[in-house]
Amino acid sequence: MSTATATYDEHHEHGPDKGLIRWITTTNHKDIGTLYLVFALIMFFIGGAMAMVIRAELFQPGMQLVDPQFFNSMTTVHALVMIFGAVMPAFTGLANWLIPMMIGAPDMALPRMNNLSFWILPFAFTLLLSTFFMDGGGPAGGWTLYPPLALQMGDGFPFMIFAIHLAGISSIMGSINVIVTILNMRAPGMTLMKMPLFVWTWLITAYLLIATMPVLAGAVTMLLTDKFAGTSFFNAAGGGDPVMYQHIFWFFGHPEVYILILPAFGIISAIVPTFARKPLFGYSSMVYATASIAFLSFIVWAHHMFTVGMPVVGELFFMYATMMIAVPTGVKVFNWVSTMWKGAMTFETPMLFAIGFIMMFTIGGFSGLMLAIAPADFQYHDTYFVVAHFHYVLVTGAIYSIMAATYYWLPKWTGNMYDERLGKIHFWLSTISVNVLFFPQHFLGLAGMPRRIPDYSVQFADWNMVSSIGGFVFGASQLLFLWMVIKAIRGGEKASDQVWEGANGLEWTLPSPPPYHSFTEAPAIK
Amino acid sequence: MLALVTGPVLADWGLLNMREGVTSTSHAVHDLHMIILWVCVAIGIVVFGAMIYAMFRHRKSKGSVAAQFHESTTMEVIWTIIPIMILVSMAIPATKTLLAMEDTGEADMTIKVTGIQWKWKYDYIDGEAAGISFISSLHPDHNSARLLGASRDTDVLRKQFGDTYLREVDNPLVIPTGKKVRFLFTAADVIHSWWVPDLGWKKDAIPGFVNESWTRVDKPGIYRGKCAELCGKDHGFMPIVVVAMASDDYEAWVAQQKGSAEQAAAAADKTWSKEDLIARGQDVYRTNCAACHQVNGKGLPPAFPALAGNAILNDGDASRHIETVMNGRPGTAMAAYRGLLNDVDLAAVITYERNTWGNDGGVVQPADIKVAR
Repeated sequence: MSTATATYDEHHEHGPDKGLIRWITTTNHKDIGTLYLVFALIMFFIGGAMAMVIRAELFQPGMQLVDPQFFNSMTTVHALVMIFGAVMPAFTGLANWLIPMMIGAPDMALPRMNNLSFWILPFAFTLLLSTFFMDGGGPAGGWTLYPPLALQMGDGFPFMIFAIHLAGISSIMGSINVIVTILNMRAPGMTLMKMPLFVWTWLITAYLLIATMPVLAGAVTMLLTDKFAGTSFFNAAGGGDPVMYQHIFWFFGHPEVYILILPAFGIISAIVPTFARKPLFGYSSMVYATASIAFLSFIVWAHHMFTVGMPVVGELFFMYATMMIAVPTGVKVFNWVSTMWKGAMTFETPMLFAIGFIMMFTIGGFSGLMLAIAPADFQYHDTYFVVAHFHYVLVTGAIYSIMAATYYWLPKWTGNMYDERLGKIHFWLSTISVNVLFFPQHFLGLAGMPRRIPDYSVQFADWNMVSSIGGFVFGASQLLFLWMVIKAIRGGEKASDQVWEGANGLEWTLPSPPPYHSFTEAPAIK
Repeated sequence: MLALVTGPVLADWGLLNMREGVTSTSHAVHDLHMIILWVCVAIGIVVFGAMIYAMFRHRKSKGSVAAQFHESTTMEVIWTIIPIMILVSMAIPATKTLLAMEDTGEADMTIKVTGIQWKWKYDYIDGEAAGISFISSLHPDHNSARLLGASRDTDVLRKQFGDTYLREVDNPLVIPTGKKVRFLFTAADVIHSWWVPDLGWKKDAIPGFVNESWTRVDKPGIYRGKCAELCGKDHGFMPIVVVAMASDDYEAWVAQQKGSAEQAAAAADKTWSKEDLIARGQDVYRTNCAACHQVNGKGLPPAFPALAGNAILNDGDASRHIETVMNGRPGTAMAAYRGLLNDVDLAAVITYERNTWGNDGGVVQPADIKVAR
């Protein structure tokens, strides 16, 4: 194993540049982490605004606010922005901030590439959002971009494809950086099986990204040539196969689901032990469970496609493989509960969000298990039941973990404690409203409401109205989060180095806020 | 708020859970759904119960001192083996149901279902109804009520349409009760998905592919569903209505359909007056064309070009117009209507388009369409 101590030179001692140029030219992992997190927050509010349009149109039956085409582009771009613009960059931002501090390194291994991989993103999403102002409007064929529908998009089509290419390039570069950093820059004594789980989950996530992003890039490039070069990859009339696109897409898409949740597992595995004041239960089984989930994620993709008409043997295989995922996921949940068991718990905001995560992510896991049962999926598929399912795992899963991480590490990053009262209000408002928002969607789906429709029959009116009210309150509650972050950056009670009584790990040995370069000398590992 | 939450609960418990449906398949699926739901509830009670107990008992403010245990291979093995056993016991009934659902053999009759933006076409392939073919679209009354800004009040919609708002069609699919009906699914343009919850399944209709499924409905009745796969602008507005009829009623329906098919054939042989063609063409246009090209003929450029003042429609030679309508425009949303409309309807809609919104392009007769075929 190599060490991080070797190259110490005078040049590294200077602080950041002043003003805007600092942020454009920075190669510092903390600055880039901050850029990623701020970018993700902006995208979270843009994607959230689109969700508000969706819920406002669905507030009651009849068409009141937007035309159906614009509604479809809202659902499509909401998903693209939230997945590729909010959740993934937020996790990359956390990786940038935390991985060097957690493994005792001075910075990320490839700092210039780090800068590039961030600065691609604003361009990618400007391209994507600019399609709204082009003839034909934004993408409206769903975030999965199924042909032939996706090919009916107007002038914005190539811009959307290039935006996805750029976001993918950014993710791949970010992942290479994470892998190289983790494998080469750990402090002496920081063996793989001593790494914090956040580092482990990110290492596995990075491999998933490198394996699947090129697959997505290939799929959307084939869409591009189908549209402009007459290649007919996915056009049955030209000898192609529209279902093949779905296979390729979901070969990316299912690992992507775990890309969006594995780092969350790492975050929760850091927070629960801190506030239970007890070591994480079953560390090595957590590592193996993460690796198992990552492996299984590659062989379950067609469970998104049970209704496309696969041979029954294929349906059985994908049903069994999908059900198996419940085992390692269950192990994780059991380990977290065992970590809490006989601890000495306190319930500061990060812990509240972590507990919220465990409970509501598990609810999303239950509905996922139900969806795995192929015959039942013939009813659930493409209904609001699915919408409820993936929002439980993405909003109260991935996004709750990002919120928990922000509350947990913000005092370390800024040197200031956040406003605990504000944090608790934010948690309770969010948690009540998010359940009012998404839980009734299970009922809607089971009762027969398809997803991605701008108008619906009157018997669905009541639950849609309940869901919309929950949506508006949840949306508004996030302004409290924004205010809390701004307040903590601007000042507040000074945080100690340790910050949390039960916190363990190298990042807590650094001052709050940490120096511009994290560990210029390798720390001693116990 | 409380009234909002309790309102629907009191109104109809059936709106909280999956519909049991009316076929053996839908009952089997419903049973699977209930089993897995209760399994999840049971696991949830154990896991959440343990968490909540720990949160109240093992908190620092109650003086709890943290234990330091942090691993147990026995526990890890137990909570790996038990879920696997639960999953296997789930997989067995699920496999049985799946195999039964996929067995489309020994069907009594076959109906081909074609998904088209944004309507369904039904072709009766064999049996006494062989040759019957029609298009089923959203009912015109519902179509006007769903336009942007048309209806602002849920109660008005409820009064006008009851529970069928957006779930009513002009021509429902009719099937006989007590017969195993095999469906073949395909699509003309993009992927659609044919879903009637009471039958217990949905199946994708994919251009260039033929998918199979089957049902047997024993109870006469009207069963409603919708397209489930996003298929463009009016995805939310392509409902499905299946009417299951006892054999007497079904035979009467078949005879009536065959009668009107003969009338249509006769109509195609005569020469029509311009006024009759325009009158008929308006209905055809509203059902098939207005979603994109709009009632006022102005279209939604650039995706859906304007027909008002369009050069192709005002050309003295109608052949390009006929060609476009019949064969569509590859690479655009314009579908080929060759197989969707009969000669009379094609002639009528083309004549309507050529003589409305200030256009002056002359008359096209059913005989001209026959030649173009």
